Amino acid sequence: MTDIAVRSGPPSGAGLQLNTGRLTAARYRAPGDRAFKTVVVALSSAVILLAIAMAVVIYLEAAPTFRAFGYLSFLSETTWDPVAAVHGALPFILGTLLTSFSALALAVIPALGVAIFSSEYAAPPLAALINYTVDLLAAIPSVVIGLWGIFNFAPQMRDAVYMPIYLWALEEAEWMLPIIGAPSTYNFVTATLILALMIVPYTVALSRDAIGQVPREQREAAWALGATRWEVLRKAVLPYARTGIIAGILLSLARALGETMAVAMLIGNRNRLPFTLFGPAATMPSVIINEFREAVEPLHYSSIMAVGFYLFFVTIGINLLASWVQQKLSLSKGAV
Amino acid sequence: MSTLERSTEQKQAEWYANPAGGRSEQPAGPPEPLENAAAQVPVRMSAEGLTVRYGVSTFGIRDVTMALYDRKVTALIGPSGCGKSTFLRALNRMHDLGRDIEVTGDAFLDGESIYAPGVDPVVVRRRVGMVFQKPTPFPTKSIYENVCAGLRLVGMRKRSLLDEAVEKALTSAALWDEVKDRLRSPGGSLSGGQQQRLCIARALAVEPEVLLMDEPTSSLDPNATMRIEQLITQLKRQVTIVIVTHNMQQARRVSDYTAFFYLGEMVEQADTHELFTAPKESRTQEYLHGTFS
Repeated sequence: MTDIAVRSGPPSGAGLQLNTGRLTAARYRAPGDRAFKTVVVALSSAVILLAIAMAVVIYLEAAPTFRAFGYLSFLSETTWDPVAAVHGALPFILGTLLTSFSALALAVIPALGVAIFSSEYAAPPLAALINYTVDLLAAIPSVVIGLWGIFNFAPQMRDAVYMPIYLWALEEAEWMLPIIGAPSTYNFVTATLILALMIVPYTVALSRDAIGQVPREQREAAWALGATRWEVLRKAVLPYARTGIIAGILLSLARALGETMAVAMLIGNRNRLPFTLFGPAATMPSVIINEFREAVEPLHYSSIMAVGFYLFFVTIGINLLASWVQQKLSLSKGAV
Repeated sequence: MSTLERSTEQKQAEWYANPAGGRSEQPAGPPEPLENAAAQVPVRMSAEGLTVRYGVSTFGIRDVTMALYDRKVTALIGPSGCGKSTFLRALNRMHDLGRDIEVTGDAFLDGESIYAPGVDPVVVRRRVGMVFQKPTPFPTKSIYENVCAGLRLVGMRKRSLLDEAVEKALTSAALWDEVKDRLRSPGGSLSGGQQQRLCIARALAVEPEVLLMDEPTSSLDPNATMRIEQLITQLKRQVTIVIVTHNMQQARRVSDYTAFFYLGEMVEQADTHELFTAPKESRTQEYLHGTFS
């Protein structure tokens, strides 16, 4: 009663009428509100437009190559020889896929181990130390890792691993020679190992987050059934976190596909198939960074653009796959 | 350490030798036997001076001594933060999982200390099951696999045995008729009340002796709550139940004994009817009459 009396009483502020009695009054749509909305909408559309514009420009620049070779022949041609004006993207596509997937295969298990150890087993100070170190590893610029690879890792690997294996194969297993090839310092294996090292922190961080999001109740439910630590992990934690872990792995893959600097520094850059394990190879990003400055011929330039165009689509595809997996396996859909 | 153990063992022995022995004058004596019929009912679990400390100085519960009677429902009531859940979780060693939690005193299952050195908490938890406040089915597993989870942990693989155990547990949890045609669908596809009954079935499947329920109906609607309450009264034929509840009416409806917790202490334990009609302690009286909550 008193409440109502107060509200219907005379307005206290001098001339400030708070209640006009009309619900449609535009009073509360303050100009600040509208301005803010305009800015936010403009910025978000800008992001989308930018992505589309980028794709369109790259496509237009790449168009001469597509006209000259055709979309599919450009993909399947095994030679890239700018001097002879033959441009095929297959070596780079294979190089990118092989290095990325091999690196992923090498990185996933150790990374999951680190993530599980730091989130489930390690005492908090140790876990914090591990997490900090892993994050630090992710923060190292790839050109610095490339430098280390060039001057330290690759020469040592050549002397300690590639050469002995090659010499052994010469004597004992000649059938292996076409696969491993003559060892060079900068080669497919070096680049793959460095790439694996570089994506480990990403996979660790993303799986750690996924594991961290498993509700305490889920763990307790398993504990209360008499599960041991490993059983809690296997029965409750990992199944619950699997969506996040798989999405994290796919995002790491996308990063591996696009990784440029360290790979370009270490892979040796050979522009034609076949590749060998210990011989030089090339990837889509590496050929782009190595040749964009020398591309004076219009066809060469547009072929580089075409490689970029395909790379753009491969990474977008992986990202879409990651979000599809996330939806498909999401717990609300409850896939068995 | 060893003197402490011996003394609790002694106390335990005394208590079992003379369960009806009159009131003890010692402050930390054996649990006071309840009057009336209670003295004849065997004790399934008991706590002796059970104390749970978070960090150095915060007490979850302090020196709780009480008995839980075989195949009866004991309700734990009290205001929020009074330690009733803390006590419940001490009964199947869930506190082992937390960091900086210290449990002293002792608890006994069938006369055996569950905190003695060498006791595997995993084994304790297999015999003392637990149902939580929120339904916690494993969302990626089917209804069938949810119920099996505990059995698989003890290594049961044979299909026919699993089938049988699943049907039995789901029937006990009054869920069989509703899910028998869709045992393969995910546990998360059930309604909240069904999920909670699924969790009860999961806990029952390993045939525990004691079932701890931590506010099992607080996230459910009145209908589902009623079903769970009916279920509890059926289940006490097979299993000893301890239920934490915020709802005093619920305690009255489902329990045989009620214990009132306040500020980490067990103030009073009695036959439910007695506690609600004639509480001995003034704090219990005030709580029941709503002087504080």
